[in-house]
Amino acid sequence: MQKEENIVQLKNISVAFDDQVILDDLSLDIKDKEFITFLGPSGCGKTTTLRLIAGFLEPDEGDVLFEGKKINGVPAYKRQVNTIFQRYALFPHLNVYENIAFGLRIKKWPENEIKAKVEEMLKLVNLTGLEKRHIDTLSGGQQQRVAIARAIANHPKVLLLDEPLAALDLKLRKDMQKELKKIQQQLGITFVFVTHDQEEALTMSDRVVVMDGGKIQQVGTPQDIYNEPENAFVADFIGESNILDGKMIRDFYVEFSGQKFDCLDKGFQENEAVDVVVRPEDVDIVPVEKGMLTGIVTSVSFLGVHYEIIVDIGGFKWMIQTTDEHFVDDKVGLFIEPDAIHIMKKSEYSGLYGDYSSYSEEIDHLSDIIEEE
Amino acid sequence: MNKKSFGNQLLAAPHVVWSVIFIVVPLFIMLYFAFTNADGGFTLENVKQIGLYKKAFGISILYAAIATVITLLLAYPMAYFMTKVNISSQRMLMMIVMIPMWMNFLIRTYSWITILANTGLINTFLGKLGIEPLKLINTPGAVILGMVYDFIPYMILPIYSVMSKIDKSLLEASEDLGSNAFNKFRRVILPLSRPGIISGITMVFVPSVSTFYISQKLGGNKTMLVGDVIEYFFNAGPDYYNVASAISMVLMVMILVCMVIMNRFSDDDSEGVII
Ligand SMILES: Nc1ncnc2c1ncn2[C@@H]1O[C@H](COP(=O)(O)OP(=O)(O)OP(=O)(O)O)[C@@H](O)[C@H]1O
Ligand SMILES: [Mg+2]
Repeated sequence: MQKEENIVQLKNISVAFDDQVILDDLSLDIKDKEFITFLGPSGCGKTTTLRLIAGFLEPDEGDVLFEGKKINGVPAYKRQVNTIFQRYALFPHLNVYENIAFGLRIKKWPENEIKAKVEEMLKLVNLTGLEKRHIDTLSGGQQQRVAIARAIANHPKVLLLDEPLAALDLKLRKDMQKELKKIQQQLGITFVFVTHDQEEALTMSDRVVVMDGGKIQQVGTPQDIYNEPENAFVADFIGESNILDGKMIRDFYVEFSGQKFDCLDKGFQENEAVDVVVRPEDVDIVPVEKGMLTGIVTSVSFLGVHYEIIVDIGGFKWMIQTTDEHFVDDKVGLFIEPDAIHIMKKSEYSGLYGDYSSYSEEIDHLSDIIEEE
Repeated sequence: MNKKSFGNQLLAAPHVVWSVIFIVVPLFIMLYFAFTNADGGFTLENVKQIGLYKKAFGISILYAAIATVITLLLAYPMAYFMTKVNISSQRMLMMIVMIPMWMNFLIRTYSWITILANTGLINTFLGKLGIEPLKLINTPGAVILGMVYDFIPYMILPIYSVMSKIDKSLLEASEDLGSNAFNKFRRVILPLSRPGIISGITMVFVPSVSTFYISQKLGGNKTMLVGDVIEYFFNAGPDYYNVASAISMVLMVMILVCMVIMNRFSDDDSEGVII
């Protein structure tokens, strides 16, 4: 395998605030020039991890390494890392030009080089002509770009981005996603990105780090994370999943919902209890007689590209995405290919996520409201 | 909407009445006296006499300026320090700053007499050490000290309140971009606390330039400030109201001009050096 250089390494990091553990023995290698994304629910420690790398926070235990050298205790202003803050943190007393020039002035660049650099940056983020504008006269998207330009002007080796797109509307967010990705590839800077939008994480990243409760749940490519979730948390957090209790009868053969299925997973003990994930889009709806499982449709909602239907199979509510129309109370059969089944080891998250029963109630409730109107 | 703003106007009514009776009307009375003679006829004589008191004006402005600069130099670090300590210490420091303001300022000024007098606290102490007594009271220094002491809370409070509102993430952003402690202060904290400095300067300079009591008690009547001149004439009886009003008016115009200039500073958005 090609040897890749790690630019930032976190080794057994623990952080606690007021006796509450925020990061718990966290280890991670970040490769040079990669786009890596921290994804996780609010409060799971994403910002805290970035602050460790930036130098705003020291770990209680463990080491932070930069290009192989320990940088614990090195103050933020000496690190070759720049941050795009969760709420931009642009300087309100400076105009666009001076905001972008801020880091360069501190490095005492000559004025003409600063000017050239700022212009280059403005061009890069599509803000040419706004040099003189004041920060509070800019739109959210423009402020966001100034924040990017201000950070990148310093040629950091690593750029930390803390939910930089969270405040933008959907359309602008999509555009900025593409632009950020383009900038990252153009400049060859390592991007450490934080979001709690899973779609954003999957579309932009080379690798995704799924976090929960101060721990890394899984690190991998977006495909790995989606197709091979390591535990029920990841399966539930990324996309929609039917997570079922199952039993691995032997390699490549699993039992769930009272039936036995061929699958592609191995390496479990015989009859080991497992969690089984079946993605809603991987289930085929077939006539009852051809189905491996049969059930009753309890709710149907049309989402444009496809229908999302809930099927009750022996009391467990499955979510299934299909392009064919079905109706409530239809009896349907389910056909599941071996590669649609993914087996996970039992974890602390097993059994936490249940089925889609509350989901269908929600839909019922909504349609009740609509009918009443 | 209309109803609401009408309600608001109604609520503001007592304030408007109050302002008219106690601020606007006296102002016009002052203007009236400034431009009339003892018989009530129009005259510019009073205003022309102002030249006689230019020394008092000069000293007032000089002392007030010195006092303002000293106050700023003392208050700024104090305010900065207050934002650095934890919340409960901040509250306590705030109390310490405010307590003297609750006391009558005549009494506060008086207490300095006992400290600075020839046989006062300092000189008694020096005497015990075998050092010759110093001339402290009745000096310009004592007057300026009195001004600094009396007005320093008006400098600390606005600076502190502006400074404590500076977004912490701006400080982190500046560190992130390479600022050490000095650059962080010079490029972020100082410019962002400028509005507090400006209003502090105004709030100290204005009462200092028009004060009359401090100079009498601590300066021993040797240094007549404008405020003393005005007080003197008003005390001298109704015949002198016209002159006193004219001096007051000129002083007020000067103060207004100062405030306009200061406001320019705080609106001035050009980046770079501050003040
Ligand atoms: N300075 C602090 N003092 C005490 N607790 C803190 C501090 N900073 C963060 N925390 C706590 O640490 C936990 C993780 O915070 P963090 O900001 O890293 O979350 P996050 O994953 O970035 O969340 P979000 O998606 O909401 O931004 C939270 O429970 C937060 O309350
Ligand atoms: Mg965060």
